[in-house]
Amino acid sequence: MASKINIDLAVNGTSHAVSIEPRRTLADVLRDDCGLTGTHIGCEHGVCGACTVLVDDKPVRSCLMFGVQAEGKAIRTVEGLANGDTLHPLQQAFWENHGLQCGFCTPGFLMLSAGVLEQNPDMSDDEIRDVLSSNLCRCTGYQNIVKAVQIAARELRARPRV
Amino acid sequence: MKPAPFDYVRPASLSEVLALLAKHKDDCKILAGGQSLVPAMNFRLARPAVLIDINDIRELDYIRSDDSGLTIGALTRHAAFHRSVVAGPLGAMLSKVASNIAHYPIRQRGTFAGSLAHADPASEWCLVATTLDAAIVAKSTRGERTIAIGDFFNGTFSTDLEADELLTEIRLPALGQGWRTGFYEFSRRAGDFALGMALAALRFEAGIVREARLGVGGVSDRAIRLRKLEARLVGGAASPQMIDTIAHEAWASVSPIGDIHATPEYRRDLVATAVRRALAEAAA
Repeated sequence: MASKINIDLAVNGTSHAVSIEPRRTLADVLRDDCGLTGTHIGCEHGVCGACTVLVDDKPVRSCLMFGVQAEGKAIRTVEGLANGDTLHPLQQAFWENHGLQCGFCTPGFLMLSAGVLEQNPDMSDDEIRDVLSSNLCRCTGYQNIVKAVQIAARELRARPRV
Repeated sequence: MKPAPFDYVRPASLSEVLALLAKHKDDCKILAGGQSLVPAMNFRLARPAVLIDINDIRELDYIRSDDSGLTIGALTRHAAFHRSVVAGPLGAMLSKVASNIAHYPIRQRGTFAGSLAHADPASEWCLVATTLDAAIVAKSTRGERTIAIGDFFNGTFSTDLEADELLTEIRLPALGQGWRTGFYEFSRRAGDFALGMALAALRFEAGIVREARLGVGGVSDRAIRLRKLEARLVGGAASPQMIDTIAHEAWASVSPIGDIHATPEYRRDLVATAVRRALAEAAA
């Protein structure tokens, strides 16, 4: 029992060969085995959303998936959001609008927002607010997170669609 | 907060899943969406020796619609219902209900069938299945059987499924001409577990209710269908006065359990209001 399984994980377009116990959550695998500590672990039972990453473009709680389940999937974490030194519009909007204080929840909010806006770029402000209720922030009071995502959504909409 | 060790298998076919279930029985758990099972494992409330991941069984990922109703495969995620899956009141109602299930990222993984197999009394899909009289299809190496929803739930986290059976499919009857629905849920915050909720479906003919389905959830060890109150609604016009009467009788007919989130008295008040609002929506 509990022997390790060797798999390749595709994270932000890079292949990571890892040897992991099945019981390791994707969040732990990303942090400890891939060395990508941008994904934060808060509650470990799916409530806080700090560990949200994109799996095949869908935002999911990486504490509620096992690493072995992500074999063959395209995983995206906050480390892959910026384009080199150019921040993603969401990151820029969080910065400019004070969408973070301590920053612990920020990677989860960014990946949640990035995933949802890719699926549905035309979300209304109310829909954005509803989706953001998925994650917890203990500093900001949420207003500036909502504002940042709404502003980034407008900017992303104004860009030419690929 | 880390799961106990387990063996992980991800079979490629349904027959392999059934063979593994027959072999491991109570020592294994099926992993579909994992949005209830994995938290339970992280807390070590669940410690399966073997985890059978069915996410590669694509043949279980479907929604089929015909005149008799909807057939929902075991891998259908909550998010599949974000948009109406079938024209008419059933698809619209399922879409509204889905938006009340946890949060967007949870709905990308969690499954309709998993909710039923998990049998949480606060589950929206358990309320839908109970109120609409769903049929449950279970398969094992011994064969296939269909379970009426009235025989499916045994209580909190407990169902009629045998240890070697896989819930493969749910059948929901169609809601055709004249049906109107209403759903209302109380929870502490958006996405939280329901403290009380109600689902109503009424079939009107010339303004008169000819068929009625009324169910409540979150107030007992399983969703409850209020058949006596359904009978009271039939033959009337579901007037505001009648709806008030039914809501009061719903209040009198449930005996909620209390927990840290709500006292029994509070839940009772909530469920009466949920019934009133669900019926008012259906009658509007």
